[in-house]
Amino acid sequence: MPTFVYMTRCDGCGECVDICPSDIMHIDRTYRRAYNIEPNFCWECYSCVKACPQHAIDVRGYADFAPLGHSVRVLREEEKGMISWKIKYRDGRVKEFRFPIRTTPWGSIKPPADYTVPDAAGLGTALLAHEPEALEVDALPTLPLSRNNKV
Amino acid sequence: MALFSSRKTRFVDSDILIIGGGFGGCGATYESRYWGRNLKIVLVEKANIERSGAVAHGLSAINCYMGMRWDENRPEDHVRYARNDLMGLVREDLVFDIARHVDATVHKFEEWGLPIMKNQETGRYLREGRWQIMIHGESYKPIIAEAARKSASEVYNRIMVTHLLLDKTRPDRVAGAVGFSVRDGNYYVFRAKAVIVAAGGASHIYKARSIGEGVGRTWYAPWSSASAYGLLIPVGVKMTQMENKIVLARFKDGYGPVGAWFLLLKAYATNAYGERYEEARFEEIKALVGKYAEQQPVPTCLRNHAMLEEIKAGRGPIYMQTQASLDSREKEEIGWEDFLDMTIGQAVVWASQNIDPKEKPSELITSEPYIMGSHATCSGAWASGPEDCAPADYQWGYNRMMSIDGLFGAGDTIGGSAHKFSSGSFTEGRIAGKSAVRYVTERSGERPEVDEAEIKRLEETIFMPLENYTVGRNEIVAGSVSPSYISPLQGLQRLEKIMDEYAGGISTFYTANEPMLRRGLELLSMLKEDLQKLGAEDLHQLQRAWELNHRVWTSESVTRHTLYRQETRWPGYYYRADYPKLDDVEWHVFTASRYDPKSGEWDMSKLPVHHIVD
Ligand SMILES: Cc1cc2nc3c(=O)[nH]c(=O)nc-3n(C[C@H](O)[C@H](O)[C@H](O)COP(=O)(O)OP(=O)(O)OC[C@H]3O[C@@H](n4cnc5c(N)ncnc54)[C@H](O)[C@@H]3O)c2cc1C
Ligand code: SF4
Ligand code: SF4
Repeated sequence: MPTFVYMTRCDGCGECVDICPSDIMHIDRTYRRAYNIEPNFCWECYSCVKACPQHAIDVRGYADFAPLGHSVRVLREEEKGMISWKIKYRDGRVKEFRFPIRTTPWGSIKPPADYTVPDAAGLGTALLAHEPEALEVDALPTLPLSRNNKV
Repeated sequence: MALFSSRKTRFVDSDILIIGGGFGGCGATYESRYWGRNLKIVLVEKANIERSGAVAHGLSAINCYMGMRWDENRPEDHVRYARNDLMGLVREDLVFDIARHVDATVHKFEEWGLPIMKNQETGRYLREGRWQIMIHGESYKPIIAEAARKSASEVYNRIMVTHLLLDKTRPDRVAGAVGFSVRDGNYYVFRAKAVIVAAGGASHIYKARSIGEGVGRTWYAPWSSASAYGLLIPVGVKMTQMENKIVLARFKDGYGPVGAWFLLLKAYATNAYGERYEEARFEEIKALVGKYAEQQPVPTCLRNHAMLEEIKAGRGPIYMQTQASLDSREKEEIGWEDFLDMTIGQAVVWASQNIDPKEKPSELITSEPYIMGSHATCSGAWASGPEDCAPADYQWGYNRMMSIDGLFGAGDTIGGSAHKFSSGSFTEGRIAGKSAVRYVTERSGERPEVDEAEIKRLEETIFMPLENYTVGRNEIVAGSVSPSYISPLQGLQRLEKIMDEYAGGISTFYTANEPMLRRGLELLSMLKEDLQKLGAEDLHQLQRAWELNHRVWTSESVTRHTLYRQETRWPGYYYRADYPKLDDVEWHVFTASRYDPKSGEWDMSKLPVHHIVD
């Protein structure tokens, strides 16, 4: 059923509800724990799995084409800027991978308003923010207008 | 209504309203703040911008990067590539405009912390192919979202935008948008001087290949619900190339992308008997599409076509021969990261079916069709081009403004410009953002007025499915069968069946003809009437109801455009059985449509294709 939640691990914090792009992680009113209300609208995007502080969410591949017995588990460590995967095959083989996710501290992006206010005349040009410097070429390419309207 | 009597109306005023916080929307938010320091910039999103849109997983490549600083490509080269891939028809001004700015966007992404892989020998970005670069992109979306949050005056998550608002006295000028909170059910009225729509493309227009739980595992996200078009069409925005649906050859069932496997890892496709079928079909393809068959790289649709013919000839399954290419740990990691970063479901399929790509080939198949404007396809709104290089009849004042004053768009929303992908969509958002600032600044005295009566009318329309359910539910004992309402899912299944059977879906091998399309339109018009009778049992289902509404409007437009273009321009994307060949004499044009909200009539027309690059 794409994602499912282990009863004993979930504490009902709602992080998964907050993040799911499909709006399908909901809190069950009786158990006060989360579950996937619409497995057939789940993309197996793992956004909820990565966000769950209790590691209570797992994925069981779609029943209509994924035989049982596999698992793809993830640990996303924001502070370390790394993500780790453990893939278990139906026949028991295991593969592990670890990849970087970010090279700068979270929250470190410089907001556009912290740059010098652009010249008012700039608004009428084709240049976007930080150009031409950010292009790392001398000038923004253009096409001569005379070549226009050739059908 | 008793259940929802606590509903409040919230008014949110802004200078610039951005609808959809995906790649286009985040780019638009950043750029509007850069140029409009004192403007109120509001971003509204139906999910949570931290992980919303087509890039919720992340991505493993940036598919649009020129590398001008290393002389790798010029923007003109990209125009030629996109034009070839789309069988001659792209808005060259728009493609050029994105290509010339996109490098700056990517350099900013790297500065913000996106890990871009490097070629150890040259020190340059590691190329997947001529246009693509490899990234460790699991956090691509959260990084972009951080930049957008720091730029917007306010971000509203979990608001489903349902309709655009037009000016009370000038119906050709935008005035804002309305929607509802999926969390508390409040009614939101956004009033703005300029609006940028960046609400993403469409999956689930056509019946998916999967039949059960797995129908959510489409290639384009199940939440790509056609709002980019469903918001525009009903208010009379001119649309283009809506027939240009895209079909993708992907790993079977998991929909894992094939780009890195073909281009970087040099895996290749064969039929079940190990034969490389593409070359063998060259002459036959040339007879259909003429000179376009000779282009390099071979257009995406023609490669699909070769695969489809091979499957029809009974020589499937088609396989990606992955074994030989994973000859080192490094390559194995690249292969797996490709999916773990952007299509985890494919890794799940491999694990469950005991497929180790180092040992076994893996099945490929063509997907159901999708509607979008940012990939190897270009459906969307007809937009004004760049001031400095657009042909005169592609230019009406503000770059990326549509046929309604003050209404801008980016990413999947804007038609005619294929091959933008993530970086190009963000870049187009930046272009639209700057334009919107200019528009608002130059018309600083202007404040559009919204019609109170219209606001009231839309409120009733938006929440009607809740009422339909509350009333209808009392007629029956229990269960999902009611004589007076259908659920959003039931409506979606009807839509997908109509489009699949009559408008070129998988069950006809993407083939349609005029009688089929006309029959499809007849059934769609009844579905459109039945949309008044959708029943939603809660706010989540109300969101599904409006997603369906946007999908149905989009589908009607797709069907009308498919009917209008009397040729088979993109074999492998779809076929007009009654016009099986490409016809450059009559159809070297863009198709355009405009729905007239007053009369309910659709006006179809041709628009010229100007070649501004040799
Ligand atoms: C599996 C996959 C692989 C891909 N691979 C690559 C790749 O390798 N490289 C690459 O560069 N590109 C890739 N792409 C393409 C890229 O993701 C898109 O081109 C890009 O995201 C399009 O941007 P957009 O802003 O138009 O849409 P999106 O990024 O999808 O954003 C649309 C936003 O609008 C919101 N929204 C929708 N409707 C509403 C509404 N009614 N009200 C409010 N908000 C709404 C959505 O929630 C979403 O946040 C891939 C896409 C997929 C699905
Ligand atoms: S995030 Fe985890 S712990 Fe919190 S509600 Fe969801 S499943 Fe339960
Ligand atoms: S995997 Fe993605 S779509 Fe599925 S429940 Fe989790 S967040 Fe939602």
